[in-house]
Amino acid sequence: MSRFLKNKEHLGRMAGLFALGITAFFVARHLLVPPQFGLFGHYRPGALADNMASPVQYAGRVVCEDCHADVVEARKGGKHARIGCEACHGPLAAHAASPGDVVPKRPGGRESCLHCHLFNVARPKTFPQVRVPEHSDAGPCLACHKAHAPVISSLTQ
Amino acid sequence: MATTRRDFLHHTGRLLVLTASAAGAWEALVAGRPETAETYRTAAHWWGMAIDIGKCIGCGNCVRACKEENDVPREPLYFRTWVERYHVAPDDLEHPIVDSPDGGYDGFPEKYKANDGSKNFFVPKLCSHCTASPCVQVCPVGATFDSPDGVVLVDKTYCLGCRYCVQACPYGCRFIDPRTRTVDKCSLCYHRITKGLTTACCETCPTGARQLGDLKNPTDPIHAFLRDHQVHVLKPQMATHPKVYYNGLDGSVR
Repeated sequence: MSRFLKNKEHLGRMAGLFALGITAFFVARHLLVPPQFGLFGHYRPGALADNMASPVQYAGRVVCEDCHADVVEARKGGKHARIGCEACHGPLAAHAASPGDVVPKRPGGRESCLHCHLFNVARPKTFPQVRVPEHSDAGPCLACHKAHAPVISSLTQ
Repeated sequence: MATTRRDFLHHTGRLLVLTASAAGAWEALVAGRPETAETYRTAAHWWGMAIDIGKCIGCGNCVRACKEENDVPREPLYFRTWVERYHVAPDDLEHPIVDSPDGGYDGFPEKYKANDGSKNFFVPKLCSHCTASPCVQVCPVGATFDSPDGVVLVDKTYCLGCRYCVQACPYGCRFIDPRTRTVDKCSLCYHRITKGLTTACCETCPTGARQLGDLKNPTDPIHAFLRDHQVHVLKPQMATHPKVYYNGLDGSVR
């Protein structure tokens, strides 16, 4: 007992340091950990809302079909009927939001057709593919084909 | 004045009720409201994807759409989704030749000859949104996590950029965004699926090779897909329990 009392001051200083350290830890923890952390799991639940907040670029074909009923009609029954509009026309959420201000570019030439229809051995055998030099001259595909319902229009004229 | 038994029980009861309700109120105050969209209930969904390899034509629409939708850095080329081309001798599944020029962003220049006895096909890749994700397990700060609706997401304000998760992912689905120096990956277009839209890659896939599916919705076509096809996941031996299901997955695919 006497030995313990002899070291009283020494122990007190140690206890003080410990108390200070523990207090500092809890203050730092309170400041650094967001208030809702751990509500759903080991993460900040606000991160869900952050991930939801990104802007949408592709409006989705349902939005396109609201206005472009003529194209829906043109595509009906065709081989391209089930393809999303923005697969060829690009992201158009901005156009859907203000159709007058943002005018989409019309895909022309051959590039957007050849993304899918250029011959490649890795493509499924049954998928329609063309070897360009054998298929035609260098003209645009739309000179003969209708994009929305692809039949060879020049041959039926 | 001596305390009667009646008073004692009365006071104790009141104290217990008051402290319990105060503690409850304090808990609610500290926890706050979960910040989720009002019309979307996370608990009602469990997202996954069905991929039909036989339908993939390697057009790269998904890769381009993903970059547009999610502002994925164009240069240098990083990907949240990409397409691989496999060239396999049918009797040698162990040694496929795999290439993915710019992730398939500009398509696949013709490289192999037809009828040379080899097997050639495309495999679209993306985050498998594993149920037991190694990337989530290794994150030291809780910046990558499984959302209650089964999507592996990143908290960009919380990520340190330590790259543990990049090493942990067995599918190579993560990269460090050079602009923010935080990790980035497929979010399964979380901002779209929570608004009732499909993902950008599924929206633009011309052949329907990729289909987003809600495994908690009994009327979702993904159930028919899983029932009617011989499906498989990537690297099942890693015990990550992926939710991206492939139909027609060849044994050579890694």
